[in-house]
Amino acid sequence: MGINWLKYSAPQAFYPLAGKLIPWFSVVAALAVAAGLYIGLLVAPTDFQQGESYRIIFVHVPAAWMSMFLYVVMALWAAFGMGLNARLSFMMAQAIAPTGAMFTFLALLTGAMWGKPTWGAWWVWDARLTSELILLFQYAGVMLLRTSIDDLRRADRASGVFALVGVVNIPIIYFSVKWWNTLHQGASVSMTAAPKMAATMLTAMLLMTFGFWMYSVAVILARSRCVILEREQLLSWNKPASMPDAVEVR
Amino acid sequence: MYWESVGDFLAMGGYGLYVWTSYIVTALCMVWEILALWRRRAAVVAEQRSML
Repeated sequence: MGINWLKYSAPQAFYPLAGKLIPWFSVVAALAVAAGLYIGLLVAPTDFQQGESYRIIFVHVPAAWMSMFLYVVMALWAAFGMGLNARLSFMMAQAIAPTGAMFTFLALLTGAMWGKPTWGAWWVWDARLTSELILLFQYAGVMLLRTSIDDLRRADRASGVFALVGVVNIPIIYFSVKWWNTLHQGASVSMTAAPKMAATMLTAMLLMTFGFWMYSVAVILARSRCVILEREQLLSWNKPASMPDAVEVR
Repeated sequence: MYWESVGDFLAMGGYGLYVWTSYIVTALCMVWEILALWRRRAAVVAEQRSML
């Protein structure tokens, strides 16, 4: 109320807003991760089946959740971009991809670190692991398509269509542990059943997830500002008042 | 506090290599991402400055 949110769909209005928001998201992310690490590494008791190796869950699950969540958000921005022909939407999609790819890589790596001591294998070609690996290739495809096409509008659309089609893999990853026989354990937390873990463990995992989420918002806002500066002709903004802020290093 | 000693904490019940590799690589990726964004921003700001 009282704020015209639509105005922030223009890059020159979004740019300073993003700049103001980054410190807040960064501080919240740091606090949540610090609290999550404290509870997860120092307070939470051991797991009676897996011993201390289970503590990998506090980075593995948040990274895996973010890898899927960010993909959906990226595809939504691409869809907005194509539906509304809004260039900021494509810039947001472009800003999300590298962070999503990073979390996908981390989910796979921490998964290998967890798989070796619990299953005896770094990697198995089962449904959950394979579909998550495909997600990494999807992020790579989205980014490569963008950089391999010179015309920005065509690059936006091509990578946007690719991202949208790939959304079909997200429910496959999520439900893979139900649909197929797999080494991967089932969901620790679900919407329909009580969590299958101790309260301190769950608290740590949710704090880390929230922290990774806020971290993602902060770095994606920061990257979107870079993308805006790279793609927009500042001189054409034709607003002398906003120019010093846009080019001011902070 | 769950742990008996610092050595106990670092050993992670024998799983220290796996646990700490997970945490350290995750931290390194995040720090690297922030530094890369810092450099990217510095580069594009310098470029925009030169055009003004």
